[in-house]
Amino acid sequence: MTQQLVIYPLLLQLFLSIILMFSWKKISWQRVISIVGGFVNIAVSIWLFSYIWENGTQTVQAGNWPAPFGITFVADTFSATLVLLTAISGLVVSSFSSASIVVARLKFGYFPIFHFLLLGLNGAFLTGDIFNLYVWFEIILISSFVLITLGGEKAQLEGAVKYFTLNILGSTIFLTAIAVLYGLTGSLNMADLSLKVALIENRGLVDITAVLFLIGFGIKAAVFPLYFWLPDSYHTPPSAVSAIFGGLLTKVGVYAMLRVFTLIFVADEFLINTILIIAFLTLITGGLGALVQNNLRKVFSYLIICHIGYMIAGLGLYTEVAIAGAIFYLIHDIVIKTNLFMISGLIYRIKGTNSIRSMGGLYADSPKISFLIAIALFSLVGIPPLSGFWPKISLLSASFSAENWWIVGGILFASFITLIIIAKIWANVFWKDKVELPKRLNFRYFHKLTTVKKSQMIGPIVFLTLVSLYIGFGAEQIQQVSSRVADELLNNQQYIDAVLNNNQNLN
Amino acid sequence: MKTIILRTASDYLLPVLLIFSIFILLRGHYLPGGGFVGGLIASIAFVLHSFANGLSNTKALLRIHPGFLMPIGLMLAFLSAIAPILGFDLPFMTGIWMHEPISVLGTIGSALFFDMGVYLVVVGVTLTIIFTISESA
Repeated sequence: MTQQLVIYPLLLQLFLSIILMFSWKKISWQRVISIVGGFVNIAVSIWLFSYIWENGTQTVQAGNWPAPFGITFVADTFSATLVLLTAISGLVVSSFSSASIVVARLKFGYFPIFHFLLLGLNGAFLTGDIFNLYVWFEIILISSFVLITLGGEKAQLEGAVKYFTLNILGSTIFLTAIAVLYGLTGSLNMADLSLKVALIENRGLVDITAVLFLIGFGIKAAVFPLYFWLPDSYHTPPSAVSAIFGGLLTKVGVYAMLRVFTLIFVADEFLINTILIIAFLTLITGGLGALVQNNLRKVFSYLIICHIGYMIAGLGLYTEVAIAGAIFYLIHDIVIKTNLFMISGLIYRIKGTNSIRSMGGLYADSPKISFLIAIALFSLVGIPPLSGFWPKISLLSASFSAENWWIVGGILFASFITLIIIAKIWANVFWKDKVELPKRLNFRYFHKLTTVKKSQMIGPIVFLTLVSLYIGFGAEQIQQVSSRVADELLNNQQYIDAVLNNNQNLN
Repeated sequence: MKTIILRTASDYLLPVLLIFSIFILLRGHYLPGGGFVGGLIASIAFVLHSFANGLSNTKALLRIHPGFLMPIGLMLAFLSAIAPILGFDLPFMTGIWMHEPISVLGTIGSALFFDMGVYLVVVGVTLTIIFTISESA
């Protein structure tokens, strides 16, 4: 049974969505199933992670077809870490959404689709086949398109059109890149591709294919010239949906980049320079974009873009320290961005608006909630010893030792601009004198909710803040995980061996 | 489109098309066909019936809401995919086959149940979409 452990997270999500579809009309059942399923999912993911941690990379050959021919599911430390983080975000968001999203939206199949989204995310992290990765991307795209339009408000549809057009373009480019790669090598298995791409003599063609992949994943990850869909769409759906989008969706693009550019296209000078330029510009433009926004959730959307730059920079520097920094930042970022969007949803429920200028006096009204939010915001900025601080040290020291002053400047600039933005939010939302807002009729203000609903909204934020605190104070353990991931990514021989030499234990 | 010719023809075409869809479903393992195409043909049968006899009659004929076929089909496909894990300790989605072929049907394996799941999902999705659109039109 443990041999199949790699695909249990996938099977669990699929099973949950099917069960949820059976109870299509019973929203109260769906809430319970989704939250209980979330706990089970965390247990399974911890099991997977600890198993991988002790026994190294594990594989499952779907359908018992041997490795380069069938679809392989691979769990190395990187995949297992991300599956665990997906489980954590999934649980908190299903709790948060069961309290904060109105029943009128939930009854159009919110929870089944939400678990299909988690299925797609887990699949993308666990697959070892490049075409299968594309299929999981499509599952993510289709489920997220349903989630973003659910409710059918005008702004939502407008955001969804932008979201869908650019992402489908990204998928098409990704698919084209796969086709070219298949034409070059005749294989789709990533481990097999790693061996075959290295043998191709026409390096120009390999570089062009790599750039196609870079564009495809770049649109998903929202890097510099390709990010315009993100701030236009992430603030439109309910904040629970934005939380899972902001926490995980762009990170799948980053994951795919880290995987493909360490395993298949081992970076040469041209690729590294392209990635570094993109990272620098992403850091600068994302930060500047966040500075001028007034809608709280748009600010956070631009911050997502800005902070994607850190991870891309880590990939571009391409040393073990830098990639460990990128992985650490990825772990921190998934937790903190999910938390930020839930916080924006909480503030929206308290105040009834998203406009930063019209808010104020939150600290005077509810000091406990403000304190909670302060921890999350400081973690985002990276005030030592909170979680955002440690990965930046690795990234900065890596870029210092590479003597790449542009990236040093970009990282410092993005950090300071994040600090300025958070200070601005703090001053306006929490410390400014209270502005009397017109009361909105039929709006479910936070103080009108029942205690259970309140705790379902506050609980996830407390939990994620604790996780952030753990990442900050237990940085040594996270650093161990990140270094091991970086080591596995850069010395990809053990990944290839785990996938391709699995044939003898089939039978 | 309530002409008597179409209505009379659809009474005969419905069972013929359904049987044809099952034929396509069964031959699909090695030859062109399979759950997806079979499911489409089955939904065409019901769509034709609704053209001729009206949507409410087709719904009465189906008894359950077609959307309900989706989780049933998914469950069937899911079970056939995890059966090798639960029963035989083989990897996910490994085909399990009976040793002796049955007359007419041939050898039955877990792949057939997966295809039947796909068939049901396709019927469910197609009919839900078409019925919803024609209701709101």
